[in-house]
Amino acid sequence: MDFTFTPEQDALREQAREFLGANPEPSWAQLAELGWTGVSIAEEQGGVGLTFVEEAVLFEELGRALYRGPYFSTVALTLPALPDDLRAEVASGETSWTLAFAPLVPALESADRIAIVGGDGIFELEGGEREILTTNDESRPLGVVRGGEPGRRLADAAVLIEIEARSQTALALEACGVGRRALEYAIEYASTREQFGKKIGIYQAVSHPLADAYTRLELSRSLALWAAWCVANENPRAWTRPSLAAAAAKSSAAESAVAICETSIQVLGGIGFTWEHELHRLYKRALGIESFGASGTRLRAEIAAALLNGPEGSTPGSDLSQTPDIPVSVTEGG
Amino acid sequence: MELRDTPEEASFRGDLRAWLEENVPDELRGHRGGAARFDGPEMRAWSRALYDAGYAGLTWPEEYGGGGAPYTHQAIFLEEMARAEAPPHVGVIGLGMAGPTIMAHGTEEHKARYLAPILSAEEIWCQGFSEPGAGSDLAGVRTSSRLENGHFVVDGQKVWSSFAHLAAWCILLTRSDPDSTRHAGLTYLIVDMHAPGVEVRPLTQITGEAEFNEIFFTGVRVPADNLLGEVGGGWQVAMTTLLHERGTLGFALQAALEVQVRKLIALARDRGADQLQRDRIAREWIEMEAVRFTNYRSLSALMKTGMPGPEGSISKLVWSEANQRVTKLALEILGPDAALADGNAPYGGYWQYQQLRSRGNTIEAGTSEVLRNIVAERVLGLPKSR
Repeated sequence: MDFTFTPEQDALREQAREFLGANPEPSWAQLAELGWTGVSIAEEQGGVGLTFVEEAVLFEELGRALYRGPYFSTVALTLPALPDDLRAEVASGETSWTLAFAPLVPALESADRIAIVGGDGIFELEGGEREILTTNDESRPLGVVRGGEPGRRLADAAVLIEIEARSQTALALEACGVGRRALEYAIEYASTREQFGKKIGIYQAVSHPLADAYTRLELSRSLALWAAWCVANENPRAWTRPSLAAAAAKSSAAESAVAICETSIQVLGGIGFTWEHELHRLYKRALGIESFGASGTRLRAEIAAALLNGPEGSTPGSDLSQTPDIPVSVTEGG
Repeated sequence: MELRDTPEEASFRGDLRAWLEENVPDELRGHRGGAARFDGPEMRAWSRALYDAGYAGLTWPEEYGGGGAPYTHQAIFLEEMARAEAPPHVGVIGLGMAGPTIMAHGTEEHKARYLAPILSAEEIWCQGFSEPGAGSDLAGVRTSSRLENGHFVVDGQKVWSSFAHLAAWCILLTRSDPDSTRHAGLTYLIVDMHAPGVEVRPLTQITGEAEFNEIFFTGVRVPADNLLGEVGGGWQVAMTTLLHERGTLGFALQAALEVQVRKLIALARDRGADQLQRDRIAREWIEMEAVRFTNYRSLSALMKTGMPGPEGSISKLVWSEANQRVTKLALEILGPDAALADGNAPYGGYWQYQQLRSRGNTIEAGTSEVLRNIVAERVLGLPKSR
């Protein structure tokens, strides 16, 4: 058992933080140049041939930087449905994608191509009109697609299980990045801001909520990394474990990120409530993650069903020594 | 990153699981909990069986009779013990606190005399740290020791001491310099619990059970050889003890929480749960898994760098509050039957007992307030509150 990142993964995180710090709105071509668009794409298709664990590192950093482009929509939402030739185009930076999985579609203003779910398959959408909507979270634009025809059949709808696990895990990781940044703002402020002649971080009314925020963040991050490992290492189409881990991670991390942002806004006082400070943008991303796809309530209902409805003694969980659990059926929508 | 067992870990786990299957006595499984279960001879026999099979003191160095195993084996051991609902080795304080402290600060004579009987459960230890006037603020210790003719003479009172009524030995923090205050002037002693002048009084707690004790020391003569560390250097020794308490605690607590959550799920299957209760059950399962993987992260950092990851410091805080919620949720699922107790209650009163006992979880071994201070100051680097 080893639950740490490799030196290469640590270096990737450093690279990402530095690059996104200098380039807050990178183009798709820039990401391809860094190798990010093809991280988990096989080398034969021009990718890097690594795993979702490396992508996990990037999702956390992209969340932290409030990146607004089509990385999530391509890598988390669509990639599992793409055949090899189209994967090669993603790796090379030629195309980005989004998936019309639910009525509100992410990254419609930036994704080159659109995939749709129809019947038992996933297809490329040909034609169709895109309407970009005004969103609370400006860093994750949403839109709707009207009209158009299903074109090339990309994959069987069974791949949606994997797409769900990947996208929920990616959202959880983004939420961890968002929460981490918000907490850093609050720690920095509480360590320097003085009132009543003392730094406000001395007061336990301030420091204990921050300790709780850290606690929530680390618990959620542990779940998100567990889910990332499951997605990378187990066949997510066949077993419950990646789905359960992803559901646990998204339910926990979205809620934590929202709560951490709220604590941080409170700690920063009036400053935290201004448009000028970045906190409100982190907060809106956290809220956006929580509302995107399956809600926490819905995910927990799925978990409860797995815990309480299955055969006696079959409680699925993280007992990694055991050969895994019961197959699940596809859950519709997201 | 690899969450699966290595072949070597898998083989250790497989052997252990098979051994537990064979050897855990039925009457010791699924007990409603509480310290009284430690009192009987069957717990000594069980602890002895663990020792004979090589599972006592897994991470202790081999030269002291331990297993010399990596911490990952200890983690697997606790997971499998929880899975089998096996009771712990009775020498909790000796294995986790007194033993490691003696290894770090004891003389060769101390190690030769005290360590082996801890592993074999022949001698049980208790801890004499807290006092009526020194709880979270341990530096307020007032129990006195003065050196007279080759003996320390000890007078004072300790409290919240688990196992004191069974113990052969006590690790005792005393004030040897009457003019000292706070962290200076403290001296750490090994005290014979059967020495004249030692009196143990059980302290009945909220559950009606006497799990903790008060210990009164009246002119107790302790041989000067029973000193750990230096006279006046007791604080440093005590910190070693507490470091070990927190260091090995996370996995034991996660394992305990996993048992509770499994029982909660079984209860809900048995008695039914409404939609809101199902949501809360799912939350508790998520939290339990989150504690597991947080421990894994901290342990992995320890294995790689020699220092546990900072995230490990939240385990006890999270476990204690989770256990309080889980047990209260169980009472809610029991409905009106939650008002019954012991033999008249469903499941022998397990949940009623566990729920009341859980209120101590946020107080014992570091209150939640102190633990939040530790996270705020040592992990987040916020300015110190005192």
